[in-house]
Amino acid sequence: MTEERRGRLKIYMGYAAGVGKTYEMLEEVRELKTRGVDAVIGYFEPHGRKDTIAKTEGLEIIPRKNVAYRGSVFEEMDTDAILVRRPRVCAVDEFPHTNVPGSARGKRWEDVEALLEAGIDVLTTMNIQHLESLSDQVWHIAGIRVRETIPDWVVHRADEVVMVDVTPRALLHRLERGAVYAPEKAQSAMENFFRESTLAALRELALRETAHEVVHRMPADAAARCDGAAEGPTGSRTRHKILVLVTAAPETAMLIRRAKRVGDFTGAECFAVAVQPSGDLASLPETERDAIEQQLNFARNLHIETRILGGEDVAPTLVEFARRNQVTQIFLVRPRREHPRLPWSTRDLVQSIVNLAKDMQVVIVSEREPVKPL
Amino acid sequence: MPGELRRRTPEELLRQVQAEESAAGKGYLKIFLGYASGVGKSFRMFDEARRRRERGQDIVVGAVQPRLPPPIEALLSNLEVVPMRNGIEIDVDALIRRHPTVCVIDGLAYNNPPGARKPARWLDVQELLAAGIKVIGSINIQYIAELREQVESVTAKHVTETVPVSFIKSADEIEIVDAPPEAPIEHSQEQMADRVMREQRLARLRELALVLAADVVDHQLEDYLERHGIQHRLGTQERVLVCITPRANAREMIETGRTIADRFHGELIVAYVSQPGISPADQAALQEKLGMARAAGATVEMLDGEDPVDTILDYARDRGITQLFIGHSQRSGVWARLWGNPVEKLIRRSQGMDVRIFPQ
Repeated sequence: MTEERRGRLKIYMGYAAGVGKTYEMLEEVRELKTRGVDAVIGYFEPHGRKDTIAKTEGLEIIPRKNVAYRGSVFEEMDTDAILVRRPRVCAVDEFPHTNVPGSARGKRWEDVEALLEAGIDVLTTMNIQHLESLSDQVWHIAGIRVRETIPDWVVHRADEVVMVDVTPRALLHRLERGAVYAPEKAQSAMENFFRESTLAALRELALRETAHEVVHRMPADAAARCDGAAEGPTGSRTRHKILVLVTAAPETAMLIRRAKRVGDFTGAECFAVAVQPSGDLASLPETERDAIEQQLNFARNLHIETRILGGEDVAPTLVEFARRNQVTQIFLVRPRREHPRLPWSTRDLVQSIVNLAKDMQVVIVSEREPVKPL
Repeated sequence: MPGELRRRTPEELLRQVQAEESAAGKGYLKIFLGYASGVGKSFRMFDEARRRRERGQDIVVGAVQPRLPPPIEALLSNLEVVPMRNGIEIDVDALIRRHPTVCVIDGLAYNNPPGARKPARWLDVQELLAAGIKVIGSINIQYIAELREQVESVTAKHVTETVPVSFIKSADEIEIVDAPPEAPIEHSQEQMADRVMREQRLARLRELALVLAADVVDHQLEDYLERHGIQHRLGTQERVLVCITPRANAREMIETGRTIADRFHGELIVAYVSQPGISPADQAALQEKLGMARAAGATVEMLDGEDPVDTILDYARDRGITQLFIGHSQRSGVWARLWGNPVEKLIRRSQGMDVRIFPQ
């Protein structure tokens, strides 16, 4: 009968390597063991850290699996072996990891999903910068585009998210003592990513996000109370719907992330549409078609419903669709000044949508530039 | 543009000097913040004391709580303890005479007994800091004065011992202990409803603690940037600026701004750019809207400037605004006649922030 139940997922959230996520996770495994719970380590990344390695002593570690790729052998988590072993609880380090091509699943979070579905409870670790919807803010803060991201809905589905906190100064001390990285790697890490201000900003982001995750998990009546507090004096509660215009522009990914984030935080539903005269992408040049398809795929990965609308003229088609579907907010990319040739059409488009959609809110989303290093 | 360095004004230079001076002049305060008792703040703090001692730091314990669990007893047995007076008041004189590099104070919110030099422990701690001693202390979110109402509405318990939030914000470092509290003694008779209530309470307190820690970090970050003469905002907090005019649909704008600011744990500012020759009717409408803004708990700003768009954008950049709200009505009227289509101009120049245009 326990087979039927989905496993519980607990995420240890940090803001940088070395804050102690793995350490705390292993501590919990040890504690579960002393309480007689069948807990194992499914995957663990030692990074040569002595304190952390010491924590695994006496714990059962499921051996990794070798995956051959382009003449080399890579080690990955052996999900099948864990499923066969079937522990009650399994600790899996580095939730956002991308598996080497040729693995059964592309992402570690998908492996974790398989464990949860089999009824195994999972403890896992991640840093805030890997949350998909924060990608642009992280770019702004740290000037880094994080490639391995986790869709927000995966994190929202977790049963528990706890913040593993340490002050940036303590973290920098750890780095200096070589507790996180080997000395030569530590030096360059300190000069870049680990600038104190960057760390402080990422930490702030992690704290706010964890607070949001806490609110998100509050029992319904408490959440309703919060809603009440945020409600306007009229007490009106209109259900909000966000419509995102998808184009081939590269900034569209940022637009989708932003719209989804605002939607998630304010309880609004999100749709993404592209507008084409023929109602499909077939007649487009290949590069443009691929670009739009990629954006629509990206939206679907974030659990956003997508559609391609048929219409000669983008602005009236979009606004007409929005009105028919009781959309309350349209999200558009801000035309970029830097490409004076491209944006005339885009700028006109934004203006015409703004002019046509006078009965709804129109949000023009702007790219965040990275803060320049000093 | 974010991150771009611009020439600093004398006021900014002065602020930088002041920031440097205040950093140099006082002892150093580190706070471990928890959202409930039993989450392990004290253990975490004494464990850090142990590590510091092992690294050769001169560290003493100035205050411990009355009942100590065995793991903390074990940590304490290897640390030097300066006994408290009457078992509750920190012995400030003895600590200052002893003058360690670091002093550990468990339970920052305790009140001192009547007749003590200072009414509360955190005031004693300020004396230690002023004497140049580093202090590491622990506190539970429930004992922060400004949050008392919120906390009491959640816990239904009246708290008499409190520490002002300004003291927490003055900390040089804050660390949140976000572990689940020790499971309370198994109440088999605890009703399901009671359990849900308890979990709900804890979740609210956790939210409060995380947001407070984020605010402290934000404050420190600004301090840090100021000390280093850096003129940008890192923008991790959402800041909504609602620009109103006498004819704007202010209610929808302010309500939406309030919701977004609350949900993102951000800030709400409502601004009005002075316009020439405003009619008495418009003046009255404006006052009503500003009243609405204040009622919603927004910071209200009256801005002055030649060009309204420039004025708004300059202010927004300076305050690190992430979302700018404007009304469609700003397309017409005085603005449009003087400056062309201001909505278009705003969109064109709003690089780095989102612009939300509201229906009339």
